[in-house]
Amino acid sequence: MYKKIMYLLLLVSSITQAQNEVIKGKIVDENNVTLLGANVYWLNTNIGVVTNEDGVFTIKKSQETTSLVVSYIGYNTKKIEVIDDSFLTIKLKAVEELSTVTVSKTIKSTEHSLFKATNVQTMGQRELLKAACCNISESFSTNPSIDVNYSDAVTGNKQIKMLGLTSPYILIAEENIPSVRGASQAYGLSFVPGTWVESIQITKGAGSVINGYESISGQINYEILKPANDIPFFLNAYGSTDSRFELNTHFNQKYSDKLSSTLFLHGNTRLNKNDMNDDGFLDSPIGKQINVLNRWQYNDAENGIVSFLNLRYMNDEKQAGQVAFNPDTDKLTTNAWGSEINTEKFEISNKTGYVFPDMPYQSIGFQNSFQSHNQESYFGLNQYDIDQKSLYSNLLFSSIITNTKNKFTTGINFTYDKYKEFVAVNFAQDFSRIDNSVGAFFEYDYDNLDNFQVVAGIRVDNHNRLGTFVTPRLHIRYNPWKDAVLRTSIGRGKRAANIFAENQQLFASSRSFSILNTEGTLYGLNPEIAWNYGLSFIQNFKLFGRDSGIVLDYYRTDFQNQAVVDVDFSPQQVVFYNLKGNSVANSFQAEFNIELKKHLNFKTAYKYYDVNTDYIVGNLQKALQAKNRFFANLAYETHILDKGQQWKFDATYNWLGKQRLPNTSSNLPQYRLDEFGEAFGVVNAQITRTFSSTFELYVGGENIGNYKQNNAIVGANDPFGAYFDSSMIYGPVFGQMYYAGLRFKIK
Amino acid sequence: MKKIIVVLLLAFVGFSMNAQDKAVKKSKNKEVIIKALGNCEMCEKRIEKAAFSVKGVKSAEWHVDCQDVHVIIDENKCTKEDVAKAIASVGHDTDLVKASDKVYEEMHSCCQYERL
Repeated sequence: MYKKIMYLLLLVSSITQAQNEVIKGKIVDENNVTLLGANVYWLNTNIGVVTNEDGVFTIKKSQETTSLVVSYIGYNTKKIEVIDDSFLTIKLKAVEELSTVTVSKTIKSTEHSLFKATNVQTMGQRELLKAACCNISESFSTNPSIDVNYSDAVTGNKQIKMLGLTSPYILIAEENIPSVRGASQAYGLSFVPGTWVESIQITKGAGSVINGYESISGQINYEILKPANDIPFFLNAYGSTDSRFELNTHFNQKYSDKLSSTLFLHGNTRLNKNDMNDDGFLDSPIGKQINVLNRWQYNDAENGIVSFLNLRYMNDEKQAGQVAFNPDTDKLTTNAWGSEINTEKFEISNKTGYVFPDMPYQSIGFQNSFQSHNQESYFGLNQYDIDQKSLYSNLLFSSIITNTKNKFTTGINFTYDKYKEFVAVNFAQDFSRIDNSVGAFFEYDYDNLDNFQVVAGIRVDNHNRLGTFVTPRLHIRYNPWKDAVLRTSIGRGKRAANIFAENQQLFASSRSFSILNTEGTLYGLNPEIAWNYGLSFIQNFKLFGRDSGIVLDYYRTDFQNQAVVDVDFSPQQVVFYNLKGNSVANSFQAEFNIELKKHLNFKTAYKYYDVNTDYIVGNLQKALQAKNRFFANLAYETHILDKGQQWKFDATYNWLGKQRLPNTSSNLPQYRLDEFGEAFGVVNAQITRTFSSTFELYVGGENIGNYKQNNAIVGANDPFGAYFDSSMIYGPVFGQMYYAGLRFKIK
Repeated sequence: MKKIIVVLLLAFVGFSMNAQDKAVKKSKNKEVIIKALGNCEMCEKRIEKAAFSVKGVKSAEWHVDCQDVHVIIDENKCTKEDVAKAIASVGHDTDLVKASDKVYEEMHSCCQYERL
């Protein structure tokens, strides 16, 4: 009997269960039209069905939830609570008509990072195009953090400075492999055509330990265009009123989805002799350059491998000096003063990166580079030859400690430099030597993913001339509130000064050379050691509803030892010696930028430098360095039309305050200079017209105000006399210059 | 005979169980994807921070467009559910665990994503 009751009960319960097992319903739109193929599912389950042609669905009841979700493309998803088993009619509302809206934001051509520990700014391609000519030393003319100066009135070479210190104190690297160093220090940047460059990263202050111990005032890294995402063909032709012509062509070939290569060809030449200031000397050298780079890229994303191979050849010839100078008959004679600088460069480099497939935060990198740089030159009766063969190798391993908030990079690197150096001035001496170093580094990066980051690095190196030494670097970032960042950095740098290669402009003078120390390992001098301290603050904000921002930074470089280059001891001498006392470089910069109107950007900066050194004659401000500088840039672009048509306008104003000139008071009166060079301003402007995505033209002018330094060459009338000096340059020698060019792309 | 078969069977079962053990050996770098609802940069920070608060989480990246967080975990130390729980506890619904209404209500208005 009990059994029967049990069966009955079971039966009843199973019937009631069957009754409760499914939910039925119908999906319709606002006009009660049934929707076929709508998705109906229980929230957060895999149980789902699709409505039939009548818009009807039947779904098994879920044990876990009573929330039913209905979705259909073009309609708002609806969630309903199922209370009972009654037939449901669910009405879906159509999503409001989707009109095509393109949201676009113009990326700034130069970006200051708010979320990196180092004070780094990236100059993108659009920024680089603002200075159409010619190589990367000129690309910085639109950037207030880097000052571009002429080094002398003869070679037309441009020298860059950061924080008031010349380029030897900046570590310049091509894709993180140090590129402008040693023999190439003076002209190295002019050997990199601007069109090859994809972007430039400028780091102010102590850099990362990964790239070496040499950087003191900052780092500049430039990235070359990558074959994997390059366009098939690019052509740039340029000509200017100072008769300089440039041609750049890039050919890109993609062999498979993994392998691609680009062939970069660059040639430039200056044919005509110009002497605008009638001092009998060429304002800029005549010459030609051929520069070829073949770059290969292998990309295997599945296996996490990226590899690059670069093969490069460069030959550069320059002739400078008196207009009448003919190298065939006058070389190294007193017939006429002239100079020739011939440089040949060969380079092969490879870098390979491997990212562990299941651990995207762990990678291994291996960089190798071989460079041969050979310069043969003479300046009047002075001769200078330098040949550098160098090998650089860097092996890096990056990973995490417990999680990606704690990252580290560690590795070892190796540098070998074989110099053949011959100097014939008031003495003739062979300074050939071999330098080598091996080092290990570790950099730890902590990021709380919110507002605080610390990067602490340390490296230990052993160098045959610098000894064994430790290089610590520390960077801290803190975001105190929205759109603001506060950074501080501290670091030590040590380097072997190549006193002749770095001061080649002094060969173009009648100065005699002397080195006062003899006990050191570098030309008798000791290694240069400096500490750099920095503090910077960036705040972005809306001003009258417009994006704007301020950048404030202060840096101090304090030399413990320096290879002092003293041109103040006597106007007939340059004296090198170890620093005795203090040598500091203080720099303060305030920058303000604002988007005045859509596509109209204004950027202005004020810079103050206090760079002073204890010389033999006492403490002096660094010669040929303006204490005050002012910078302004205005850029306007029209909206890009359908076929890519666009106008771009860009103007830059640079004002330099008075600069101390090296002491000439002991010269005969006609060869004396004032104590200070006058303050002056220079305006550069450029207009670009893009006709389509494949073709554009540009015209521009440099030094439109036509400012020229008077008396650029001291003793120009008697270049073999005791007073001749072309290194007293504080402003432009060549007056206004105009240029035009075109760019053609096949995409 | 019977005994032998039993022994053989036991051995076989034991072996295959061992093999199974190996097959499900816990990965030290297991990538798991968790649906996590959110709106903005603040949500991103909150979600990632919550994920990192779980011991064994090596990396966490939230994508606003997919509404999911890619997490790499050490399976010896935590599970997908642990991470989901941590994310839910700060106010973000996941496909495994829901956030409590209270925490949801307390979030910044910009972060109050549309709940399903």
